[in-house]
Parts: sequence; C-alpha cells; structure tokens
Amino acid sequence: MSILSMRDIHAGYGGANILNGVSIDIEAHEIGVIIGPNGAGKSTTLKALFGLLTVSEGSVTFDGEDITNNNPETLVRRGLSFVPQEFNVFPTLSVRENLEMGAYVRRDDFRPLIEKIFEYFPPLRDKHRQPAGELSGGQRQMVAIGRALMMEPKLLLLDEPTAGLSPRYMGEILERVIAINEGGVGILMVEQNARQALAIAHKGFVLAGGRNSFTGTGQALLDNPEVAESFLGGGAH
Amino acid sequence: MEDVGLLAAMPINEIVFFINKVVIAGLIIGSVYALAAVGMTLVSGILRFANFAHGDIMTLGAFVAFVLTMLMPGLGALVGLPTAFVVMPLAMVVTAAVTIFLDKRFYAPLRTVGYKPITLVIASFGVMLMLQGVIRLFFGTAPRQMYVTAKDIYRIPFGGRHIIVTEPQLLLIVFTIVSVVALHLFLTRSRTGKAMRAMSDNADLARISGISTGHVVRTTWIIAGSLAAAAGTLLAMDVSLKPDLSFNLLLPIVAAMIVGGVGQPYGAISGGLLVGFTETLSVFNWAILLRPLKPHLPEWLEIPANLAFVPTEYKLVVPFFILVAVLIWRPHGIFKGRVL
Repeated sequence: MSILSMRDIHAGYGGANILNGVSIDIEAHEIGVIIGPNGAGKSTTLKALFGLLTVSEGSVTFDGEDITNNNPETLVRRGLSFVPQEFNVFPTLSVRENLEMGAYVRRDDFRPLIEKIFEYFPPLRDKHRQPAGELSGGQRQMVAIGRALMMEPKLLLLDEPTAGLSPRYMGEILERVIAINEGGVGILMVEQNARQALAIAHKGFVLAGGRNSFTGTGQALLDNPEVAESFLGGGAH
Repeated sequence: MEDVGLLAAMPINEIVFFINKVVIAGLIIGSVYALAAVGMTLVSGILRFANFAHGDIMTLGAFVAFVLTMLMPGLGALVGLPTAFVVMPLAMVVTAAVTIFLDKRFYAPLRTVGYKPITLVIASFGVMLMLQGVIRLFFGTAPRQMYVTAKDIYRIPFGGRHIIVTEPQLLLIVFTIVSVVALHLFLTRSRTGKAMRAMSDNADLARISGISTGHVVRTTWIIAGSLAAAAGTLLAMDVSLKPDLSFNLLLPIVAAMIVGGVGQPYGAISGGLLVGFTETLSVFNWAILLRPLKPHLPEWLEIPANLAFVPTEYKLVVPFFILVAVLIWRPHGIFKGRVL
C-alpha cells in the first residue's frame, strides 16, 4: 500500500495556481525523487503536501488518512517531516538544541535518538555545542536533516538537500539519504542534480508546468531518451 | 593598613558623591530600562513588531500593584518588606493576563490576516493610547505614593562617608539580578525557553518542526508583561506613581532594545544598563570631581560651576546619541539583532 498518494493536486500562493494537477504515489520505505525545470512546481509540491500553502483541488493521503490541508504540527505528529531548502536550521541554537527542537512534540526521552543522528552524521557529534549558524553549508544540511529525523518520521520530505553544496558534501549527503532510507524512512525529495538523484531513486517524477510529465522508476527515467533530452541535459548514458 | 592609607589619599567626598550620583543612579535607571527592554525585545523577536504599548504596560502594572497595596496595606508589615513589593507578584500575574488579553483582542487578529509588522506597530500605538486613557480615567493625573509607611534608607559606611541606597532601589537591583538569572536559565534549559529562541531565530522552521507557536507566543507575553509590571512597580516605589510614569521612558527603552540588538534578551539587558549609565554620566556635574584638583591648578584656570556633558532637561537625547554611536560601530546592535 502506498504511504503517500497525492491525487491531481492544484495549489498556489493566491492568484494563479502553480500546481495544475500533480499526482505522486510512493510506497513505504521508498525513495521518490521529483525533478524538473525551474518553476515546474517541485518545491511547491512539497509545500502543498506539508500544509504550507492551500490545496484548492485534489487530495493528499498519508498512511491511510486524508491529510489534505492539515497544518504542519498535525503532520509532524503523524510521521511526516519536512526539510526546507533554505533557512533550515535555527542559527543561534546549538546543534544539539536544533535536534531537540525537532523533537519538540515528543514527551519521551529522546537522547538515544540524538545519538543515532550523530551516528548518521559523525561531524555533528564534535560540534554539538556550537551554534548551527556557524557551521559549513554541508554540516548545516546535516543538522537540518537530523532535526527532521528527531520525530522518527515515516516519510521525510527534502527540498533540494544538495543545493549549493560542494561536490564532496553533495555525495556525502546523498549517501546519508540512502542510509536513512535503509534505516526504514521513506524519502521524497526535490533535486536539481537530477542524474545523481534518479540514480538512487526507486521512483522518479518529472514535473513541468505544474503537471506530471513523466513518471517511472529512477532507472527507467534515466534510460528514457525523451527525459534525458529535455530534463537531464543531453543524451542518456 | 595599606587600605586606610590609600583611602586617606583619595578624595573620599567626591568619590562617594560620584558613587551615589552615578553608580547607584545609573544602576537603578539601567535596571528599569533592562527589565522593560528585555520584554520588549522578546516580543519583537518572536512577533516581529515593536510593541509601543510596552511602556504603558509598565505603568498599568504599577497601578495594579498600587490598588492591591491600598486593599491590603498591612500585608508588608507582616513580612518586613514594603507592601507594594509583597503584592508585586500578584500584580505581575494580573498584568500578564492583561497583555495576553490585549494580544488576543488587538494583535492576534491582525497577525492571522497576515498584515505587515508596521500595521501591528500602529495598532500598538492605539493600545498605548487606550491604556493611558483607561489609567487616567480611573486614577486621574495626580502623583501617588506606593509606600504606606516611610521608605527605609540604608547608609553604607565608606571611608567615613555613606553610600546611600533606599529600600526600593535595593529591591530593584536584587530583583533585576534574580530575574536575569532566571530568564537565562529558562531560555537555555527549558523546552519552552528553547522553543522561544527557536521561534525568534526562524518562525517558519519552528512551525515546520511542530513547535506550538501559540504556546510560545503566550509565554512570551507572560514574560514581557510580568517583567514590565515589576519594572513599573519598582520604579514607582523609587519615585512616585503617575500615569505618565513610563511613557517618558519609552524612548530610552526602545533605544536600549535596539542598541542591544533587536530580539536579543542579553542585548536588551546590556543595552538597558549602557543607556542608564550613559544618561547619568552625561548629566553628572563633573566640576565636583575636579574640585580636589583646584590647589594644583594654575591660578588663571577657573573650574566652571557646571561641567555636565548635557543639561538635565536634554537628558532624553542621550539614548539617541548612544543609539547612533553604537549603530555606527555595530549596525545590528551589540548582540547581533535582527532588522525589524
């Protein structure tokens, strides 16, 4: 059964809609990747899903329940976490406090979980008392993903986790994403680095003009000459 | 023995005069500014607007304490503290409740519709005028005394002279220290305190993390309202209670907040003390300190009778001078604050 299914979503920021019928289906424990040109509505899809803008048409079902237009607080409790592309850490809070804020709604002892996050992202362990704003871009991204993992989500939404990172960190973050997924967390992410992202994806969604343009397994999309031509910058390898 | 020798060599009269006129006075007014500015800066950091009604919340708190004092004048004698100070916690609770009510009634509706911060600032001017009107309606404009009995005055001997501190001044200093420490522990140790700092850092991310922003907003108003009430009450105990008690302090308080860095509680505390001390230093008559030098100065040099940097009636410009000076040096305030 699919953990998340978005059916024919229409949404926007008031005024004209940006999404004009986006459908996304992913199974539990899968990695789904959304790619597409600028302005295709990739980030908007994640925001609509996470209740950050109003869905005017269509429905979102998560884990068997309708969550269309639910607020973030409810979604976090249901097991959905979101890492925005920018401004995704609390800069004056220490790394540890950032992680604690991810677990704000938890009332149990979440210290073992912080340990687990330090295992995913070893550089954070040494810097746990340092304000997150002082870290490098890659390490900030680790804090941001760590924060989102503190609720032990069923599905993690990542908005361009490798944007603006050096190639070294880009590879490292994608590797961590795979590790997190193998730990049992479903992933839905938007990526600019389409090739690398599709390579690790179970499912890929190509958006254009606020609509699904291609859908398939990551490998199928990589092999599709039309997708390669229009969205991956050049022929298939 | 050496100490005595050293003391004897120093112009004790002048030093004690300086301590009384500058150190104590600066500490007093600086503490009032700090207590007020800390609440205002927390509100600014979390709700993204400067609440100009904050000064009159202080006055309101003082009037609540005044009413409670008049209702139970004998309470203080039972514990050996001034009645107004004993009822102050209750006045803080009442004032905090009023600020939450004001937020629900006047600010929250504007926030939910998504108006710009400047609209909230203008709304806060409205709330300010309303509070001033309500206070005058019930209490008139005459000054009142918060003390049912005489104020205790402490004389601390120092080199044959006395450093003079009154009871309300001492209470103010102690209260400020205690509340700053308590606030620090709250902000760095408690779940809600950390969530307050998180929301001040990044309100959107706080919401995405599942932080209950309503709870954080309420807590912020409780802290701001109760500290304002305490600052107003303690100030009124030191001077006297008038309806314009703290409206006149609004400008230095805002200056203290900006100097410290908007949204930064530690900045507001240091900004408050900085503004307070600079104010007292700038209106202090330095001629008095120069008098012991007179025998050593050449005949033709006269020390003028008044050598203050700023005449007392222009005291209000001092905070602005500091504001400009600090912002040239550090455009975001002493502790890097946000741009409102």
